[in-house]
Amino acid sequence: MIAGPPTIVSHLVDTRSHDATGAPRSMGFFTDTSICIGCKACEVACKEWNHVPQDGLDWTGESYDNTGCIGANSWRHVAFIEQARPVRQDDGAHGDLRWLMASDVCKHCAKAGCLDVCPTGALMRTEFGTVVVQSDVCNGCGYCVSACPFGVIDRREEDGRVWKCTLCYDRLRGDMEPACAQACPTKSIQFGPVDELRRIADDRVRTLHRRGVSEARLYGADRDDGVGGFGAFFLLLDDPEVYGLPPTPVVPTRDLGRMWGAAAAAAVSMVAGVVVAALRSRA
Amino acid sequence: MGTSFGRGGATTFQQDLQNADCIVIQGSNMAECHPVGFQWVMEAHERGATVIHVDPRFTRTSAVCDLHVPLRAGSDIAFLGGIINHILTNERYFREYVVEYTNAATIVGEDFRDTEDLDGVFSGFDAEKGAYSPASWAYEGMQVASAAGQREHDGHASGERTGSGGVELEGAEPPQDRSLQHPRCVLQLLRRHYRRYTPEFVEETCGVSRDLFLRVAEALCESSGPERTGAFVYAVGWTQHTVGVQYIRTAAIIQALLGNIGRPGGGIMALRGHASIQGSTDIPTLYNLLPGYVPMPHTEHYGDYHEYVRRNSPRTGFWGHMEEYFVSLMKAYYGGAATAENQWCFDHLPRIDGDHSVYVFTKGMLDGTVKGLLVLGENPSVGSANGRFNRLAIAKLDWLVVRDLVEIETASFWYRSPEIETGELRTEDIATEVFLMPAAAHTEKSGSFTNTQRLLQWHHAAVEPPGDCRSELWFMYHLGRIIREKLRGSTDPRDRAILDLAWDYPVEGTIAEPSADAVLREISGRGPDGEQLGSYTELKKDGSTTCGCWIYCGSYADGVNQTARRTPHDRQSYVAPEWGWAWPANRRILYNRASATPGGEPWSERRRYVWWDAAQGRWTGEDVPDFVATRPPDYTPPEGATAEDALRGTEPFIMQADGKAWIYVPDGLKDGPFPTHYEPAESPFTSTLHPAHPTNPARQVIRHRLNPIANGRHPALSREVFPYVVTSYRLTEHHTAGGMSRFVDYLAELQPAFFCEVSPALAAERGLEHGGWATIVSARAVIEARVLVTERMRPLRVQGRTTHTVGLPYHWGTNGPSAGDSANDLYHLVLDPNVHIQEVKAATCDIRPGRRPRGPALLALLDDYRVRAGIRRAAR
Amino acid sequence: MMVDRESGTGSRSLRPLELLRRWPVLRQLTEGDPLGLGRAVRSPHTAALRPRTENADRVVGSICPYCAVGCAQSVYVKDGEIVHIEGDPDSPISRGRLCPKGSATKSLVTGPARLRTVRYRRPHGTCWEDLPLDRAMDMIADRVIATRAATWQSREGEGDDERIHNRTLGIASLGGATLDNEENYLIKKLLTGLGVVQVENQARI
Repeated sequence: MIAGPPTIVSHLVDTRSHDATGAPRSMGFFTDTSICIGCKACEVACKEWNHVPQDGLDWTGESYDNTGCIGANSWRHVAFIEQARPVRQDDGAHGDLRWLMASDVCKHCAKAGCLDVCPTGALMRTEFGTVVVQSDVCNGCGYCVSACPFGVIDRREEDGRVWKCTLCYDRLRGDMEPACAQACPTKSIQFGPVDELRRIADDRVRTLHRRGVSEARLYGADRDDGVGGFGAFFLLLDDPEVYGLPPTPVVPTRDLGRMWGAAAAAAVSMVAGVVVAALRSRA
Repeated sequence: MGTSFGRGGATTFQQDLQNADCIVIQGSNMAECHPVGFQWVMEAHERGATVIHVDPRFTRTSAVCDLHVPLRAGSDIAFLGGIINHILTNERYFREYVVEYTNAATIVGEDFRDTEDLDGVFSGFDAEKGAYSPASWAYEGMQVASAAGQREHDGHASGERTGSGGVELEGAEPPQDRSLQHPRCVLQLLRRHYRRYTPEFVEETCGVSRDLFLRVAEALCESSGPERTGAFVYAVGWTQHTVGVQYIRTAAIIQALLGNIGRPGGGIMALRGHASIQGSTDIPTLYNLLPGYVPMPHTEHYGDYHEYVRRNSPRTGFWGHMEEYFVSLMKAYYGGAATAENQWCFDHLPRIDGDHSVYVFTKGMLDGTVKGLLVLGENPSVGSANGRFNRLAIAKLDWLVVRDLVEIETASFWYRSPEIETGELRTEDIATEVFLMPAAAHTEKSGSFTNTQRLLQWHHAAVEPPGDCRSELWFMYHLGRIIREKLRGSTDPRDRAILDLAWDYPVEGTIAEPSADAVLREISGRGPDGEQLGSYTELKKDGSTTCGCWIYCGSYADGVNQTARRTPHDRQSYVAPEWGWAWPANRRILYNRASATPGGEPWSERRRYVWWDAAQGRWTGEDVPDFVATRPPDYTPPEGATAEDALRGTEPFIMQADGKAWIYVPDGLKDGPFPTHYEPAESPFTSTLHPAHPTNPARQVIRHRLNPIANGRHPALSREVFPYVVTSYRLTEHHTAGGMSRFVDYLAELQPAFFCEVSPALAAERGLEHGGWATIVSARAVIEARVLVTERMRPLRVQGRTTHTVGLPYHWGTNGPSAGDSANDLYHLVLDPNVHIQEVKAATCDIRPGRRPRGPALLALLDDYRVRAGIRRAAR
Repeated sequence: MMVDRESGTGSRSLRPLELLRRWPVLRQLTEGDPLGLGRAVRSPHTAALRPRTENADRVVGSICPYCAVGCAQSVYVKDGEIVHIEGDPDSPISRGRLCPKGSATKSLVTGPARLRTVRYRRPHGTCWEDLPLDRAMDMIADRVIATRAATWQSREGEGDDERIHNRTLGIASLGGATLDNEENYLIKKLLTGLGVVQVENQARI
């Protein structure tokens, strides 16, 4: 056999969302932007599967990006960043020009602000650890919109409800890969159990560093960050800001527990006060 | 590719690119235009291959390659010729492969003169006709029959080619000098031809620095030899030039010198842009060919059957069986009516007598000789060069049938087109009757596509077509049926052929769809008892076999639709022989006998593919051997042997008359046996190599007042008025002339507007504003586009001055949700003489800020440019 | 909040006990989701979600119609309609992947821009008209026959100089690269039978 097993690691990942016993696993995306070719198959495959409406015919002039940003009608967004600056001058490989491409998506945060603030229960965490909006429950209040540190969650003008990536929740329930990951021609978008993807991502960074791509770094793979790590994390070749991503995202509801504690303490002390007052008055 | 190796198809398959040690992508923007195939380049890259993109623009392909080499559009032969010179000067060729498997050692006749001798033309040039007679190019002591099936990319070297080449003279093989020292041996001629293609010349001509050029040359040289291989990938970036075939020839020479043909990780991958463009060349909807690259008979030279067969059957190589292929085809076409007595209905066949290719017959439409046109899934009003020429021609037709999924521009020219807008055409004045027929989609019909690697893959109908939508199979079958009914009983001799046609296909379902399965059975071929044939080697010339396309013979072997096979890839080897069916004979790498040494051993363990198994007495390996399976490496043809029996056991190029890869092409090309750098027909530069012949002397010009060409009478003026190179291309998000993408919501939104790409320097020079509008003017047209200023477009230093390129994606037209001007309107009709392909990769233009004028003012602006460029005199 | 707009089943029809069982607070406490962020808030619609491809009546093997890479597709059909098209992971070439165009194939074949009826424009006409398909076929056959007859070239010259033409240069055909091999075969066969030699396709574009 001449061609050994393909080396792009995604093929080795078991993409089934349930383990051998049928129990759901925590699933996510690892988007390796170092092999993204900016084809936008992810954007289209997502729309076809999820029946996401067309997002307008505006030509932006922003390199090859006419999607602009993630929104209610674009759940995947490929960013194009043209950089004219010295890169890898040691081998002169790319001269002074670099064209970064990266497919952005909902991060499915471990600590998800949108989920915390949703008053209707429309937002929920699934058995796969992902965060989805239940369109049949959402009443369009929009609290979640401002709770997302990435600006992912967005209201659709036509129906007032919010929409975002579901990580193809329906497909996962049938052990199918999300549409974007399945379509991705170079497997820049890899889908699998989050723990396994983290291992793969670490390996990938090491490999790239060994090849001299010292700028490779992970984004959102750290469980100790402000959102508890992403269910959908990235390998970037530059600072997150360059891709339009917040460098240190923080879930706005991070202090929710402390606030609830304080509120509870206040309530307890209030109740205590009332009781004391009542006792006193009785006395 | 056909002239170099014998068959007009990619020599390898996409998955095998993963084995390459070096991949040079040139004339192709693979990541954008073939993204899913590009995964195999990414795999190679992950395994450590060096991936190089040579292209005027920095594209999504360049972004992930190791090296991007920006070169001036239209200068590729200078670049590749430089690599040939580098290989020869530094003795880097794979000597044993070159001596044994190529014609490098063959000695060429004394009459041959090179461009280096005659200042830019080869011997045999007739300046008046602008054409060559190749007689003086022959090998010493003989004439050589070029393979009848030789065809370039999507193409077809001169099927109407006259008898100047013909069969070889009587006698022995041409003399060889295996020491490669004889001054007239091919290798020495090659050395002379390219000795001036130095790194300095490359830098001056292509705008590529010496260092960068040498890095590419070395990367290729290092991926050569028994252990290592390299691959070339090209697409229409090479073919769409006045010297397009010679671009590919240059790569073929490099690959032959480096020993990269027929071996894993090697080869030349031609990437084609339509689902079955390879299939529509194999089973040609082309004027000069019959199925399987059998030439159409020619009025002048193929007067009778025997002469036709004789002229197209070389004594040696597999084309020696041309008569078997032809007779079996005629049995498929005319069934029982084709007999030995009537020479298999040879006289039923219409004759060609020159060039009947698309731009020539479009001119015929303008002239009024062509009155009716069928357009079947093509959008020439947007896709053809010089769109105005096309649209004004269509407006002269009596009748036009357009079959497509949507209302494309070719159908709506009579009420919505640039010419209606300028007032050149008025709807009420146009007499053309138009039938716009809705077509069935691929999901609504069964059939096979032949992909870019010669692989036939079947798609099954999933649903019935809606409304009046019908397949081409339905349309042609029923059109033929109705015409035959209307002509039934006619005694007019001209109706004999149509009434004799075997035209009785079974139909199925409520809409009476003809059975595609039955048609494939006919194509694949049947034996005397009606059984499906297994291989073209079973075809007979006695009329006992029928076969609609000999190279597809066996696609229905054993009564099974082999093209519908879908054994999952993880249940077979990476060659995947049980997925679909590849011509010829399910081979995936062509000429794979060359993957073994002359003695039949693998060149190395690492590059093991097909080898001689002495114990079994046959060739074996990963693929179907492209050789007579039981012919040992030490076979020497006996006296008087013919066809493939006349080739040695060491000659892998079995379709060639001498069994060798042709570094030098003694016959079969209209513009020379070696590729020479010529400037594009319109260029801001003249050639420093051959100032007397700066452009391809044999180029084909469509002469018409609607096809004015800059650089003609007043090149200096033209260069001043049209100072920039304009090149056209595709985007990932769209498909060709847009009929299958601009009308699809999810694609239109991704690239919603026609835009041009320019460098910051050019924007500054012309006052173009990013995000604003620009007007682009050529000698043919004035169009407008949004402006994308980007560092990815790079000014280059050529011949001591800075040159700029304007880049234009060509997908847009007047219809659909994403409408815009058509880039191809800018281009001229100067063609490659071999395959009649237009030069839309490099012409000249001017660019200015702002939107274009509307109405007659647009024509006035165009006229002003032409006058200033000296293309036409000012009206008084 | 409990009404499932998608499926049309609402809480109105539920019995009081069921209603109580579905009361979110109770579900939060009984389903191990005290914060009400997971199972407890799952709507009946959500609970019932499955990939729609599972309900397809059949899956049809196909090939992408755009470029010549030749990616394999799976076409999912339900009630005679295409409900989804995606890459077929079995293909050795594409391994289930598709580019944006291939991914948009369902929109291509089911989209609103598709023509469904014959459109006819008479000479000098200013608008499209309707034309039955059979009538159109008959008219086209008549045009082919008439043009062929009017422009037929049989032969010229005499004796040794005689040349056979056997053809018409009055008719031409363009296209084929987007079509099936079987279709190209019938196009070339019929047109050759009719003596039409000006047959071309996108190979030269």
